[in-house]
Amino acid sequence: MIEFPVLSLLTFLPLIGAVLILTIRGEEAIVARNARWAALWVSGTTFLVSLYLLLQFDGTSGEFQFVENVEWFPALGLSYAMGIDGISLFFVLLSTFLTPICVLASWNSITKRVKEYMVAFLVLESFMIGTFCALDAVLFYIFFEGVLIPMFIIIGVWGGARRVYSAYKFFLYTLLGSVLMLLALLTLYHQTGTTNIPELMENPVGRDLQIWLWLAFFASFAVKMPMWPVHTWLPDAHVEAPTAGSVILAGVLLKMGGYGFLRFSLPMFPEASELFAPFVFWLSVIAIIYTSLVALVQEDMKKLIAYSSVAHMGYVTLGIFTFTAQGIDGAIFQMISHGVISGALFLCVGVVYDRLHTREIARYGGLVKNMPKYATVFMIMVLGSVGLPGTSGFVGEFLVLLAAFQVDTVIAALATTGIILGAAYMLMLYRRVVFGAQVNKDAAAMSDLNPREFWYFVPLVALVIWLGVQPGIVMDKVAPSTEKLVTLYQNRSIETAAAQDISEDSSEDPVRYEELNE
Amino acid sequence: MSLSFADLMPILPELFLACAGMVLLVLGALRGNSATPFIGKAVLISFVIAFLILLGVDWGGTSLLNDMLVMDQFAGFLKLLVLLGLMVSVALSFQYLDQIICQRFEYPILILFSGIGMMLMLSANDLLSLYVGLELQSLSLYVLASIRREHLRSAEAGMKYFILGAISSGMLLFGSSILYGFTGATNFEAIADALASDLTPGALIGMVFVLAGLAFKISAVPFHMWTPDVYEGAPTSVTAFFALVPKLAALGLIARLVFIALPAAQDQVMQILWLLAAASMTLGAFAGLAQENIKRLLAYSSIGNMGYAMIGIIAGSQDGVGAMIFYMAIYMIMTAGTFGIVLCMRRNGQAAERIEDLAGLSSNSPYLAYGLAILMFSMSGIPPLAGFFGKLVIFQAAVQAELYVLAVLGVLTSVVAAYYYLRLIKTMFFDDPADAFENEISFSRRAVMMISVLFILLFILKPSMLVDISVNAAGALFAG
Repeated sequence: MIEFPVLSLLTFLPLIGAVLILTIRGEEAIVARNARWAALWVSGTTFLVSLYLLLQFDGTSGEFQFVENVEWFPALGLSYAMGIDGISLFFVLLSTFLTPICVLASWNSITKRVKEYMVAFLVLESFMIGTFCALDAVLFYIFFEGVLIPMFIIIGVWGGARRVYSAYKFFLYTLLGSVLMLLALLTLYHQTGTTNIPELMENPVGRDLQIWLWLAFFASFAVKMPMWPVHTWLPDAHVEAPTAGSVILAGVLLKMGGYGFLRFSLPMFPEASELFAPFVFWLSVIAIIYTSLVALVQEDMKKLIAYSSVAHMGYVTLGIFTFTAQGIDGAIFQMISHGVISGALFLCVGVVYDRLHTREIARYGGLVKNMPKYATVFMIMVLGSVGLPGTSGFVGEFLVLLAAFQVDTVIAALATTGIILGAAYMLMLYRRVVFGAQVNKDAAAMSDLNPREFWYFVPLVALVIWLGVQPGIVMDKVAPSTEKLVTLYQNRSIETAAAQDISEDSSEDPVRYEELNE
Repeated sequence: MSLSFADLMPILPELFLACAGMVLLVLGALRGNSATPFIGKAVLISFVIAFLILLGVDWGGTSLLNDMLVMDQFAGFLKLLVLLGLMVSVALSFQYLDQIICQRFEYPILILFSGIGMMLMLSANDLLSLYVGLELQSLSLYVLASIRREHLRSAEAGMKYFILGAISSGMLLFGSSILYGFTGATNFEAIADALASDLTPGALIGMVFVLAGLAFKISAVPFHMWTPDVYEGAPTSVTAFFALVPKLAALGLIARLVFIALPAAQDQVMQILWLLAAASMTLGAFAGLAQENIKRLLAYSSIGNMGYAMIGIIAGSQDGVGAMIFYMAIYMIMTAGTFGIVLCMRRNGQAAERIEDLAGLSSNSPYLAYGLAILMFSMSGIPPLAGFFGKLVIFQAAVQAELYVLAVLGVLTSVVAAYYYLRLIKTMFFDDPADAFENEISFSRRAVMMISVLFILLFILKPSMLVDISVNAAGALFAG
């Protein structure tokens, strides 16, 4: 039976919309207006389709669903394979949810080349969805890399003063990481004869090869994530990108790294993952503490939030590499929640930036008096970012720390300091921008949220609180998939442990293994 | 031995082109330069006819003229590609020749003769026919490079190309004579047999010279010195031609030589090619960073791309050579579009060749800018564009042959090279607009650009066919 290819529809709907928008012609103002509306309709429809996906998704199963598999490039053994499980489902939803909001957020702030802007965003959406739906490793790579093209253009054309530098840095950093992953994919294909992700999960390669491949994949995902010390592209890219670009960057693109770890590194290279876990832990902890400290001294609002993103992503890697269901669930939840919260925070910056055209914290102050609605929204997001119980930010961090504590107490203790630091820099930001005296006259004269802005914040606020109060709506659907992942991983470990017991006398390998693990 | 016309059937396309060339030459001599537009079109049509004839010719691996030439799948498919490249080169040159007031009737005819040379190279199965084909090609190219003889740069380019080319031909001949001296044969198969029974150091020395001579033709580092200067100095339409076709033919020739004549010396050959490829990729990427002139930039880009293509040969398998052919086909299509756009860069009746001249192209002529941007992203190997698949297939061949060092070097240099491709995009989209280019673009140039860009964009929909054909064609070298 041929099922309706709903994932393909979802993936390519924005692309079709983009092509349609390209054909809009006429006077500039009319083209801009039509392009905005068309983009909104297309992305809105895509979101509705993704809601259908959510409703139809069988949350009790950890298997891939809505699977499509069509022969595509037999010469290289590639097929067009799509499918989602609990892990990818919410990333797809996050992409489709944030894109219409981004379109709305760019409504008036983008005035030049509106048509091209909307096309770039829809193409971007298409690639993002594709990344999370692809079940063929090379297909995944194509979407994963393809994202660079629209993002490069978005930062470079519509960005701030240092946009060229930032666009280059973003592009080349990510490309450098990714090409190594491409080679690793080809090596995997050479070894196993398939690029199909579910099949690759079932057929792990030898331990020595795993180490190399793990490193190659790590290069790509660590840059994308971004992990310390390869995070330096992120503050630049965030600061210079237009508001909506930052939202997508923080909301979705960073999650591709975490998703990659879950989809590739853990199931395909279990032994290498275990070997490198302490290394990842330390990188995560350094990221959490170091970037939090850096965030404390920022004078630029966007930069501060960008550094906070790096810190929050530290919890994600920490959770993933605990190899426990709790930790992985927490990491996924943290990614979803961070996608919503950091996206909303960037939108908050965008709101005042549109009015005053500066991101300098010192130029604001006392906004609570003239912008009460804004102050409320901003506060909810700040508290979410801090991880206050009752917001979505709490659930993920709590689960991750809980899992980390069971694995390594020191690491968990160090990571927890990040929460304190996080509260410090976020609340400081909030105090300096929203409270205090109204020292700047132009800032004091800013108008509150207009209806358009108000309405795109409503779903974000609702989601932050809803997810915080009732995390089960996400967790229930994620849990079977993570359980499957963890079981697969543990079985693999038991197998290798058994194999090692047998070969203990003949090989020195286990000894080295122990040492590295300590 | 009597020679019947039927024996010559496999090289009918070459024969046809030779006849057409001579007729047109006479016509040109009688009518003078005013006949150039007509001759240009006639040459284009001749290529189309030769293309059709070639489709009808038997590709079954027949050898002719005492095994001098061979016509197999490999030669056949590469000749098709060469003919396509020749058509594009001629089509791109029409308007340009008009603009630079350089209507010489020799121009299209020289392209035609060099085309015959390349087709002979692809069929060559003997050191002598190899040399004859190569020289027919090279001599035509030298003259083409300096066809704007009143123009200092063009004359200089031709001179440089000629002198260095002559040295490389000398090395090639020298190597051939040593090979002949040690193996007693000039025929590829006979050389292979002789080397298989006794791989003498002398023969290896001869082989090194032959490879050095050929490396010059594909501008592999360290034999690349001529490329940037010639690319810059030659008229742009000639540069486009240089970038499109001759290297494809020379690579095909190298592949045949390596796998038919030198299988016994495979290890040694691959070492040499390995170094050439690694050096070409590295230099092509790093030296391109500092360029200001777009033609020089493309010269370094082509040096780098030859490095990637050579990986296919080094892989030493049917898949590898197939990957090389596929890579070159994609590269040719991207280059055709790119040069189509470079040819459009004209301001106040002058060619604008600096990268800054592209500034703000996206607001002046958005279609050109989008086209070039797509081509440049494709050149950097970003999916989902065709250039990515070229690199994918090449690196896959490398991984299969376990050439990990070369593969890692290849992907890393491709990131470096991405910087200069991005630079063009940055100049077009992010910089403040300069004056607009003259915007009359002839139909033929427009067609070339359109087809090229559409191919690059839509290739992803049906990627398998071209790879299958390429691998199939490469099979001819590995049949025995």
